[in-house]
Amino acid sequence: MNKAWKGRAVAVATGGSAFATIGAVVWILATIGIGGWQNLTWEFLTQSPKQGMTEGGIFPAIVGTFLLVLLMSIAGVPIGTVTAIYLNEYVGRQSKVGRGIRFAVNTLSGIPAIVFGLFGLGFFIQFVGGGIDRIANHGQLVWGQPNILWASLTMAFLTLPVMIVSVEEAMKNVPGELREASLALGATRLETIWKIVLPQSASGILTGAILAISRGAGEVAPILFTGAAYFLPDLPDGLTSQFMHLGYHIYIMSTQSPDVDATRPIQFATTFVLLALTFTLNFLAVLLRWHMRRRAIR
Amino acid sequence: MKKRIRIGEFLVEKSIAAISFASLACIVLIFVFVFREAAPIVDSLLAPRPTSASTPTTDSVPGVGASESYGDPGPSESYGDPGPSESYGDDSSSRTGTDTASTGSAPLAPRSAPPPPPAARAPGAGVGLDNLAGTQWQPVGDHPKFGILPLAAGSLKVALLAILIAAPMGILSALFTSTFAPRWAKETMKPVIELLAGIPSVVIGFLALVSMASLLQDIFGLEYRLNALLGGIAMALAVIPIIYTLSEDALAAVPKSYVEGSLALGATRWETNLKVVLPAAIPGIFASVLLGVGRAFGETMIVLMATGNAALLSWNAVEPVRTISASIGAEMAEVVFGETHYTVLFLLGALLFAFSFLLNAVTELFVRDRLMKKFGGAT
Repeated sequence: MNKAWKGRAVAVATGGSAFATIGAVVWILATIGIGGWQNLTWEFLTQSPKQGMTEGGIFPAIVGTFLLVLLMSIAGVPIGTVTAIYLNEYVGRQSKVGRGIRFAVNTLSGIPAIVFGLFGLGFFIQFVGGGIDRIANHGQLVWGQPNILWASLTMAFLTLPVMIVSVEEAMKNVPGELREASLALGATRLETIWKIVLPQSASGILTGAILAISRGAGEVAPILFTGAAYFLPDLPDGLTSQFMHLGYHIYIMSTQSPDVDATRPIQFATTFVLLALTFTLNFLAVLLRWHMRRRAIR
Repeated sequence: MKKRIRIGEFLVEKSIAAISFASLACIVLIFVFVFREAAPIVDSLLAPRPTSASTPTTDSVPGVGASESYGDPGPSESYGDPGPSESYGDDSSSRTGTDTASTGSAPLAPRSAPPPPPAARAPGAGVGLDNLAGTQWQPVGDHPKFGILPLAAGSLKVALLAILIAAPMGILSALFTSTFAPRWAKETMKPVIELLAGIPSVVIGFLALVSMASLLQDIFGLEYRLNALLGGIAMALAVIPIIYTLSEDALAAVPKSYVEGSLALGATRWETNLKVVLPAAIPGIFASVLLGVGRAFGETMIVLMATGNAALLSWNAVEPVRTISASIGAEMAEVVFGETHYTVLFLLGALLFAFSFLLNAVTELFVRDRLMKKFGGAT
């Protein structure tokens, strides 16, 4: 009797927590979905903010976010892939070097996003950008201030662990026999990697890139002071321009806009767009992974 | 010909090795450059000088200040002053007359012009240990006060509240889906909970600010709309998926033979799950909670939007707080490079970095190793 009651209590506690968490997810999606959908129009997606940001759309923010993740991928995807190749193909699981790099990757993924922002400010803007200006521009401020390039590179560092872990997972799924067969036929190690391992893990690289992009599109803390702007009349026209960003737009509109209540529809619609973007990307990644696993089993 | 290819391959392989040290280099770079910018403070601490700013330390005075001045969007060519919004204005009433002599004419209005400082001070001027260890955070004014204590307390308060909510929720949910739940329930519930991890923190912060805040205020009749509890609850939403996913992995890694042995000895299912499976997975669960603490401590956007951002030092969970990360996020955009305030913010960043690094090292070296030994590399 007593035991049965205890068992029931445990079941209720665990099940209750699980359903409460799911309830929270549903609540978030429903609130954003309902609040955002009714304010979403074609004009909203294709126009610039107007009337002191109380009307108009978010087109510059969409473009800015897109450019940010594009530049970030150009920098981050090759570095992440090469690191994963090295970890998986060249150094052993238990070797000192491998363990060291893995530790660094894990640490990197645990560092708060805001610290990456500080790093971007201290390293890219002050040190690299300031250095370029001192040498090439006679101290005139061109590179030594927040811009889209420094923001993207900061974001690339932030998303490096996501990329590495994902590519490594894909490479582990490539059967060892394929490598051995290639080596036995006289191919060198590098040829084996280039022609056997990399093509086999292409979907893993794609998955990593997608996950990194999804993360990069949603993070706001690292770009708060490395390049995001409150409002820009024009789209970015070069690597030294600032940019608008969907997440930053949400933050700014909901805390600092002249009339927070009047722009609530814009805030909800922007959040809806951001959430739709990250979810679509995550969903794509899940599909790719599923496809990858199925191929690995076969 | 053959030889040349080999040389090329040698070079490529070396460069692969070199690039893959990028992540190691990245850690070192972050360490060097965050600490480098914070170095002037450390210098001034090592070379003590007579500090003029004496901090009034009456504890009856709530050391608020300056909470209304932050949040200027930084360099931008926008329309005039964005102005302090309603959401940050709640706490301005609690700014009582602390040391009216010194900060009477502090420039508290938000600045919209990007670079020019109101009054550029000499770098590293007047920051002693007693200032940094003080109980007031008032970085703008004639006698700026850089007391880290209220910020650290704020971060701890929010992180603690978040973990107190997220740890039981995450662990119990993991226990449910990995042991009790039928197969179909597990396969639908797991992806839904993991969906939470894909929601950007700015979205959670936005929801906390817009809908959760009023809900919480109505339910509990709170004085302040934005407070530490709201920040903690919102933060819990960001931490639950971390704790859930890693706990689930740990629970799933417990060998089947343990379960079968326990059931064969006549234990019921819940006894097995609670007294055999759960204890066996404790190292992994502990690691997941540690990582959750790290995330809660360093997360910026949620606390920036949901906690009210007043640097109060109190035990009250429903008062506004200002955390370390929120201070960096809100103030860095408007400080002057190289100024004292800038340096102190980097010092705060260095603290965050050191904390997350230590936490990760402990998780990695201590907890994971024990887990690996226990199950013979089953993870």
